[in-house]
Amino acid sequence: MSTLTFEPVLLANIHRESSYTLRVYREAGGYAALAKAIKELSPSQVGDIVRESNLRGRGGAGFPTGLKWTFLPKDHEGPVYFCLNADESEPGTFNNRILMEEDPHQVIEGTILSCYATGAATAYIYLRYEYPRSLERLQQAIDECYAANLLGRNILGGDYSLDIYLHRGAAAYICGEETGLIESLEGKRAWPRIKPPFPAVEGVFGKPTVVNNVETAACVTHIIARGAEWFRTMGTPANPDNPRDAGSYGPKLYCLSGHVERPGCYEAPLGISVQELIDEFGGGIWKGLRGKAAIPGGISMGILSVDEFDCPLDFSGPGKYGCLGLGTAAVVVLDETVSMVDFLHNSCRFFAHESCGQCTPCREGTAWSLRMLERIRRGRGRLQDLELLLEIGDSIGIMPGTTICGLADGAAWPIKNAIRKFRDEFEDYIRTTNPSGYMVTEPVAALDVIGVH
Amino acid sequence: MPIEQATLNEQQVDRILTEEMVAEIRSLFERYPTRQAVTLPALHIVNDRLRHVPLSAVVEIAELLELAPAEVQDTLTFYGFFKQEGPHGRTRAWVCRSISCALRGGEDVLAHMCESADVRPGGTTPDGRLTLESAECLGACDFAPCMLAGGKLYKNLDSAQADSILKELTGEDEHIDV
Repeated sequence: MSTLTFEPVLLANIHRESSYTLRVYREAGGYAALAKAIKELSPSQVGDIVRESNLRGRGGAGFPTGLKWTFLPKDHEGPVYFCLNADESEPGTFNNRILMEEDPHQVIEGTILSCYATGAATAYIYLRYEYPRSLERLQQAIDECYAANLLGRNILGGDYSLDIYLHRGAAAYICGEETGLIESLEGKRAWPRIKPPFPAVEGVFGKPTVVNNVETAACVTHIIARGAEWFRTMGTPANPDNPRDAGSYGPKLYCLSGHVERPGCYEAPLGISVQELIDEFGGGIWKGLRGKAAIPGGISMGILSVDEFDCPLDFSGPGKYGCLGLGTAAVVVLDETVSMVDFLHNSCRFFAHESCGQCTPCREGTAWSLRMLERIRRGRGRLQDLELLLEIGDSIGIMPGTTICGLADGAAWPIKNAIRKFRDEFEDYIRTTNPSGYMVTEPVAALDVIGVH
Repeated sequence: MPIEQATLNEQQVDRILTEEMVAEIRSLFERYPTRQAVTLPALHIVNDRLRHVPLSAVVEIAELLELAPAEVQDTLTFYGFFKQEGPHGRTRAWVCRSISCALRGGEDVLAHMCESADVRPGGTTPDGRLTLESAECLGACDFAPCMLAGGKLYKNLDSAQADSILKELTGEDEHIDV
């Protein structure tokens, strides 16, 4: 399907006046999917439809949603909990914010459907602190739902009952990791848990738990309204030669920011390329400049050079270009004037600040890499630092097997991509700014780190 | 005066949590199967009103939640969000420094505001009106560079706008809550 003929689904209603109210949502056909499910479909049928749609989680990992639900133990005496992950904090990412602010009922309807399918009687929306308007709009939407018998006892006259509670975070990136979220919800420090046991077996309060992203829930609404087959008409089909490829189906909200003329949240079928996104939606690189690089899916995913802008933004695209994955599909564009040293410094500072401190390789590795970037940036870098940075990049994370969660993989990827794809620029910078010391190999004193608290 | 009576009076005088805060915290108990899950909401309830959560409030929260004070303190200190030593300014402003904002001048905006207000990042103006901090991604990259202050998102900032916002936030007339 061409992006030109594509009709937005998830963003279809956000430009209507009072789009966030129950009245306007219902005028656009809202809650028809829920009514259909409550009257005509059993919970397992809802689960089957979502599984058949091949919906993959929109929060970053891309795990098939329907499959995740099947990991809940059968005939568990309960309770089963559902957590909506609204802790969107990945740099460059803001699509969940737009959904929650402008069309919260779409998200709530998907949440109710997901809870119905998984047998949850209580759902918590874990919302990041930095979204005060989302808090207000979601709470208003939840209140409207209770008043309209869309939440609470015997929803729409059926047997199913559900409560949804908003739970506000406190500005910590790690709470977006699903087991960090669970720990935080329990009132503890948000230290991710070793898996297994997976949350589906032992999640929040020791009970079976499903954690799904906001955009994932919004997709569930449309899948139940229009069917699994409709969902699979969009996106990149699974590669028949790769039995492990689950395909990339459905519409996706792409966040475009940085050096483009029109930053914004744009909806397209999965698989649009970085170049198409920049040209067709972003109005091109700003100020008539040329592009230099782009983050494909939030800063954790690494970086593409300008000659890689043909990279398709589906679940398997960025990986073919050496990046970590699609992530949150948040594309951040860097124009030709940006120094990759500055880019990497910004990335390292973020991860040093947000490492939760539980695993030593991540806590120390992110701090070391920031200190090295500080030193390089201030004209005291050594060529050897690039090797040390790559050593850190290759040795922290789930993939090398040294940390509990993927935060360190996300910290490592920008380091590995930036240095390997822009090595000449780093070397030139170090040689030029430190002509007398760039070849030094003995240990050097660290500089004070600026701007870290 | 008997010792117990003196202690009781002292407690009544020195309690940090108001009856209203306690009632609000208690009203959340039914939402969660454990009292400990109310830790973060309780910290927010106190912080919203006191603009910090002193250790004495931690002890009172722990009592309400049937936890050891150290458990509440452990959670509190994990989040850099809650100040303990003293209240933050009447308005708390976060200027984003993450990549999308940095590419469009976010760090210059923060530096400019700090210079104008004569505070270091994280600091509070001497009159207690404004605390100015850097933030990691505020999730408003479509409006970079941006700032969250007093529950409001300020979009597409430049130095001139930053100056007028500073004036608004540190002004005498208008009362702005966190």
